[in-house]
Amino acid sequence: MTTGETHPVTEADLHAWIDGELPDERRAAVERHMADHPDDAQRFERYRAQRALLARSFGPLIDQPLPDRLTPPFAARDAVATGRAGWAGRARVWGLALAASLLLFVAGGATGWVARDRAGGGRQADPLTAAFIADAVAAHRVFTVEVRHPIEVGVDQEAHLVSWLSKRIGRTMRCPKATKSGYELIGGRLLADSDGPVALYMYEDAAGRRITLYIRPTPSPAGTAFRFAQDGGLQALYWQDNGLALAITGDLDRATLSGIAEEVYGALNS
Amino acid sequence: MTNEPTPAGSAPDAPSMTPGPAIADHDIAAHVPRLRRYATALVGNRYDADDLVQDCVEKALANRHALRDPSRLGGWLMSILHNLHISVLRGRRRRGAEVPVEELADDLALSAPPTDRAEVRDFVRAFGQLTEEHRAVLLLTGMEGLSYREAAEVLELPIGTVMSRLARARERLRVLLDGGAEQAVVRRIK
Repeated sequence: MTTGETHPVTEADLHAWIDGELPDERRAAVERHMADHPDDAQRFERYRAQRALLARSFGPLIDQPLPDRLTPPFAARDAVATGRAGWAGRARVWGLALAASLLLFVAGGATGWVARDRAGGGRQADPLTAAFIADAVAAHRVFTVEVRHPIEVGVDQEAHLVSWLSKRIGRTMRCPKATKSGYELIGGRLLADSDGPVALYMYEDAAGRRITLYIRPTPSPAGTAFRFAQDGGLQALYWQDNGLALAITGDLDRATLSGIAEEVYGALNS
Repeated sequence: MTNEPTPAGSAPDAPSMTPGPAIADHDIAAHVPRLRRYATALVGNRYDADDLVQDCVEKALANRHALRDPSRLGGWLMSILHNLHISVLRGRRRRGAEVPVEELADDLALSAPPTDRAEVRDFVRAFGQLTEEHRAVLLLTGMEGLSYREAAEVLELPIGTVMSRLARARERLRVLLDGGAEQAVVRRIK
């Protein structure tokens, strides 16, 4: 108690205190100072809050996927760093790669979900074409990166969203939840593809990752099994049920996507 | 040893002239997410941050033999990044026209839980109004968890300067966030 008495508490002491750099023998003096100076105590409370907000705001940046140019192997340039024209070129190639062709394959019952009332069996008769997936994936790409207007109607107006989309699509549209998989519905929008109106719902997890559910009415009431498609880094899982063609798209592994699809399927059929 | 940006106070290194084991790509890669987070928060947008990190990685690789103590790799990379940033700032001084921080603010707000979004957005915008010097010292001590001494090494400043700069930065940010009058904190630092 006596050690700190001779030196008055300085601003530097107070900062060192909240930064854990205050020598132990000064602690009592600083704590007494704070008790005696509520204005300082309050000000340093705000500084602490700043630091917490700093971590909360910028912390998630560490989980952002890295661009190609920042992942190893780094280009060999032990000699002298050159200009970055080569890198810019690589970035463009990467952009083109995103537009690469679709890889489609059937999920072979991997999810344990079995086709109900499946018509025919020949894939030729199937209205779920590559064009449908391409549209779903394109919509995902365009709207998930949108910062200001990812959706037209937010989940806070869910009733309006449902009635609006139902009217435009011509079917009863529900907003299936994906909360068990860790995704919250954030809202939806109306789109158009070559066959007419389409509904797009968007979901987001706690880390800000987004998935989309793309729904188009189809004339066929048949149901199909889940199928996977892959395009660039994106995975899509699609199926048809009750006169709707549906695709869930995200930058996720298949197992996670299957879990989400099953939850959505369950919600639509409950 | 070289004129590379080396943290001041790297004295514990033995005065030997033999280079240490070369740093591998993956050693540097392990630091990239953190460097990128720091750079993004520092410059206020992803594009310039990625350029900065890329330049930093290139420079580190080109000088990989200059680092003798591999345990200092993180601080060494931060120093390189800091020095590159300073030279970018000098080059840009008369140009103005920076990418506004709004986009990053909106982006980060969306990464936050819904209840935190408004607060995060306001915070990132206010943070973007600070000077680069203030941002750097707040990030190094507040987010990267560097001690005053480590921050001083990265910034190549005396510890006392780091502390007074930190005090000024915190107060400036407090006023940006909460309003009110700025306290003359530095007069009271000693």
